[in-house]
Amino acid sequence: MIKTDILIIGAGPTGLFTVFEAGLLKMKCHLIDALAQPGGQCAEIYPKKPIYDIPGFPEILAGELVDNLMNQCKQFEPGFTLGERADKFKKLDDGTFIVSTNKGTKHHAKIIAIAGGLGSFEPRKPILENLQRYEDNGVNYIIKDPQKFKNKSVVIAGGGDSALDWTIYLADICKSVTLVHRRNEFRGALDSVDKVIELKNKNKVNVITPAEIIKLHGKEKLEKLTIKINNDLEKEISTDFFIPLFGLSPKLGPLSEWGLEIEKNAIKVDTFDYQTNIPGIFAIGDINTYKGKLKLILCGFHEATLMCQSAYKILNPGKNLILKYTTVSGVQGFDGTKKEAEKAVVKSINS
Amino acid sequence: MDDISISIKDRKGKIHSVSAPTDMAMNLMELVRSYEIEEEGTIGTCGGMAMCASCQCYILSSHKIKEMEDDEEAMLSEAFFVKDNSRLSCQISITKDLDGLEFEIAPPS
Repeated sequence: MIKTDILIIGAGPTGLFTVFEAGLLKMKCHLIDALAQPGGQCAEIYPKKPIYDIPGFPEILAGELVDNLMNQCKQFEPGFTLGERADKFKKLDDGTFIVSTNKGTKHHAKIIAIAGGLGSFEPRKPILENLQRYEDNGVNYIIKDPQKFKNKSVVIAGGGDSALDWTIYLADICKSVTLVHRRNEFRGALDSVDKVIELKNKNKVNVITPAEIIKLHGKEKLEKLTIKINNDLEKEISTDFFIPLFGLSPKLGPLSEWGLEIEKNAIKVDTFDYQTNIPGIFAIGDINTYKGKLKLILCGFHEATLMCQSAYKILNPGKNLILKYTTVSGVQGFDGTKKEAEKAVVKSINS
Repeated sequence: MDDISISIKDRKGKIHSVSAPTDMAMNLMELVRSYEIEEEGTIGTCGGMAMCASCQCYILSSHKIKEMEDDEEAMLSEAFFVKDNSRLSCQISITKDLDGLEFEIAPPS
């Protein structure tokens, strides 16, 4: 069981800044994120795109902002449960919470801060009849253990980096790999595209374009696929696995069953401290809604800061708190480091 | 007046005739959201970067619209429910020559 003061669900910019603000008030944080790395959308969707409205940064790449936020909060030693989705929560008699992930990891905290952005990123599924029937029975959206595909035949669909990368990776271990894409052009790193072309020329992979999978067949498990080529010719091919890689789309997912008040696909909060209808659970950043809400990173930072004040009072009942300026009191990390402003040197003119 | 008229068919088939400003650097996805025609969180989830297809629309009128750039074309090539008249509404800026435009919002994907 992982124990912490504030359990943050979502390791995007707002979640990461919460670690810093909480740290200033001596509260420890642990973050859960469905993605494999921190940074949320900024890291997953647009790391190379510039953001122009972060105060003090005329222009900063989303990926750089994440790096800076990680750097800014590192002395408060946040814990991370990455690649797992927060699924269930239980409120104990003492008012604390247990949150478990889809992989069964349990977390115990007095405060939950949901900073989940647009929700957890889940694979986009193609529209195919009987698709559900073959899920985990030949159809996989995520490759967790590539060895599962050893000496098997695999059909991958998609035109982005993950389709290309997995085609290259699996070419070495599978009996056969077929990459199917609706266009002749691929949207991926140039060297990945070149590598796939090289593998195709060496007959190590089959590439079928422009084409799409239109039907799945098989009794117990997936056995065959129908591919429509050039919007005309239909062809059946035998396969052990079908891996559609059409990117990720955010879903509120299990959070929508926590009993939180939901409006417009977001969690309703009180703007006093961004607490939800469940005392002790806060929602900050893009995932919350209130009158006048703006889904901006800078608003998430503000919400995180105010939220920490209330969290402190819940964790330290009876203790009074006064706002401190970091310039005056410095930043004392949990790792023993201390940052502080240099004292001005005063020297007499007559000396 | 810098406003133009645009007709939007929502996902349930209801037609909304709305007035759209041409001087606010808005796109069609933002127009849909500004009138709350579809539920928040179901359209424009990537914010308008052509990185999701949640704002896919079908252009119904014969207006000449600026050609697709590579990122839009690539995204649509991976989207679902795509037709010949599919576009990402976030990539279409509201300009005066779009007065009278009619479009339909594609199913969520």
